[in-house]
Amino acid sequence: MVSPTTLAPVVFWRNQRFRLALYQAVALLLVIGAGAYFVSNALANLDERSIRTGFGFLSREAGFRIGESIIPYDASNSYGRAYVVGVLNTLRVSLLGIVLATLIGVLVGMARLSSNWLVVRLASLYVETVRNVPLLLQLFFWYTVITGLLPSVRQATQLLPGVYLSKSGLMFPAPVPHPGHPYMAAVFVIGCGLAWGYRGRARRRQEATGQVPKLLLPSLGLILGPPLVVWLVSGAPTALDVPVFTRFTFRGGNSITPEFLSLLAGLVLYTAAFIAENVRGGIQAVPRGQSEAAAALGLRRTTALRLVILPQALRIVIPPTTSQYLNLMKNSSLAVAIGYPDLVSVANTSLNQSGQAIECISIMMGVYLTISLSISVVMNVYDRAIALVER
Amino acid sequence: MAAAPAPPRLGAVAWLRANLFSNWSNTVLTLLGLFLLVRALPPLFDWGVAHAVWGAADPDVCKAASGACWAMIHEKYRLILFGRYPYAEQWRPLLGLVLLVVMIGVSCNRNAWGLRLAEAWGAALAAWLLLMWGGVAGLTFVPNNLWGGLPLTLILTVIGLAIAFPLSIFLALGRRSRMPVIRILCRVYIELIRGVPLISLLFMASFMLPLFLPTGVSIDEVLRAQVAIILFSAAYLAEAVRGGLQAIPKGQHEAAHALGLSYWQAQRKIILPQAIAVAIPAIVNIFIGLFKDTSLVAIVSLTDLLLAMRQAIADPQWRRFFVEGYVFIALIYFVVCFFMSKYSQYLETQFRSGQQR
Repeated sequence: MVSPTTLAPVVFWRNQRFRLALYQAVALLLVIGAGAYFVSNALANLDERSIRTGFGFLSREAGFRIGESIIPYDASNSYGRAYVVGVLNTLRVSLLGIVLATLIGVLVGMARLSSNWLVVRLASLYVETVRNVPLLLQLFFWYTVITGLLPSVRQATQLLPGVYLSKSGLMFPAPVPHPGHPYMAAVFVIGCGLAWGYRGRARRRQEATGQVPKLLLPSLGLILGPPLVVWLVSGAPTALDVPVFTRFTFRGGNSITPEFLSLLAGLVLYTAAFIAENVRGGIQAVPRGQSEAAAALGLRRTTALRLVILPQALRIVIPPTTSQYLNLMKNSSLAVAIGYPDLVSVANTSLNQSGQAIECISIMMGVYLTISLSISVVMNVYDRAIALVER
Repeated sequence: MAAAPAPPRLGAVAWLRANLFSNWSNTVLTLLGLFLLVRALPPLFDWGVAHAVWGAADPDVCKAASGACWAMIHEKYRLILFGRYPYAEQWRPLLGLVLLVVMIGVSCNRNAWGLRLAEAWGAALAAWLLLMWGGVAGLTFVPNNLWGGLPLTLILTVIGLAIAFPLSIFLALGRRSRMPVIRILCRVYIELIRGVPLISLLFMASFMLPLFLPTGVSIDEVLRAQVAIILFSAAYLAEAVRGGLQAIPKGQHEAAHALGLSYWQAQRKIILPQAIAVAIPAIVNIFIGLFKDTSLVAIVSLTDLLLAMRQAIADPQWRRFFVEGYVFIALIYFVVCFFMSKYSQYLETQFRSGQQR
């Protein structure tokens, strides 16, 4: 046997560690070099077009109007504020979309596993149709349908008393602001916390004594009771601001623009189809033995579903559903095509007006990255919380 | 329970009872579904078939009819399918489409997979682009700002994938490399791209890319969008390939190493063939997504299938028949995507049966 020391010394360029370090240094140099090349080109080009770089333009007056905004905004506000409006609009449609898509997706996913043949067929028809047609096409379709086929404001269809649907969107009543409202919101949040605490106590009691405490009614009472009490104490304000048609348009109430409506409809219907597939796959992936064992233990079908099947299915469903949430958020950028003033739309307008291409696009990408990373961090934490704890 | 007579096992009544009316909630759902169908199907049939205007017809005839105006498609289908490509030369993109369909047909056969097929694809893509551009062999030159419709959509997809796929393999290998710098670079790239929407990359390609090139050098819009699509899909494909790589047992690496294969030999001959086979269903799903996502180039004003259709219905005479236009191209997208997703499911069962002998 030859001991390692008697081998001829390895030439340094054949030394593995040297090689690995060399490869990495070359890769790093290439990337830095390419970056420097692009930056120098960009500087030369900007210089030639006499465009000043930097984020100073954000405090300049934007000078363009934005169709809808959660915070007060007008054309004399700064570019910075316009961006905030865009980000808020993106978040508004994404959050609402995620909630609605989850509800519809879970429903459709369960429907595809139903024992009812017709329900299964209808759900599959929906999923297959929606999944195989580009989202942008669906958005254009909804937008053209809403603005082209719905009646004009004059002949708005009344869906419910006070709720009107027309070319210019959805009009619905809004409660008149009352000093009691903030208190109602506050006690609602506190009630939710109390219900959560009660749920923990009930579970501990069940584990200790084996008795099953009532859960649904007490928690509903904890959540809905306090706001109701505050509402009654503050004089039970029932005033509603109902939209009323006056000469040319509706006044009063709240409204949703056709852009928001079609974007939301498109995003929700599209993402729900994908979530439905995740839900179906997750439930199907739970081994049959689990439901058989639950039945053998004497659990009812619904109890078995709640305590045995769904917790296991959830572990499989959550990672792909997280990426669907991220997709929905990223897909909300298609808003620019139908004129909903989201982040991309604001960035695009600012870019055309100020000529600050690099800055405008960097801000846009930075914001999307931040939102994406936040969603994945939150979902990863949740995923870890429900993960199977193995020995 | 034991006293109840056994329900009939066979026949239509038994099937109905088992699948539609097994209990009261199922019965309610069935009735609800039937009600929906009865309300929706006859009007849909009347609109789409019975009262529709087929073949060549005047817009006024369509206006008078209560059904769909398929005459609009008859009038505009060449504009929708081929965009602004010179009318007399449209046999060229058509021939390209036929070539593509033949190649896809051949590639569906798993026995044909191999280096020869990859070479054939290279040749077919070159022939396709040559047909589109022309400028040789008596074909008139067609600049690519005149390309449009379905060929443009397919070119952006297929060329995008053909370049992004090899790139993604290097990215996936890099992300699993033992060299920290390479690993971090690949990881940063993949996460950056996957964290932003495709639109922002398309904007970047159309507004920022020209700034990054040396003064005076410019690249055309189709190429810019193509660059964005390649960068975008490479990141997603890399994650799919990485999934495949993770499924390969460590013993395979060790065995390859023990045989004296170098890193690249081991990857090429042992690891990648297995990893890519595992990743193929995921890769096909990314193909489907990318095919749908190319429609986003319509936002940066490339006349792909979607924008060509919107240009067709911008004609004031036919404007009111937009639903027919959307249905027509939705059908094209649907057929392609549905075929691909069924094929991916078929592959998945094939691979699974291969592993579960």
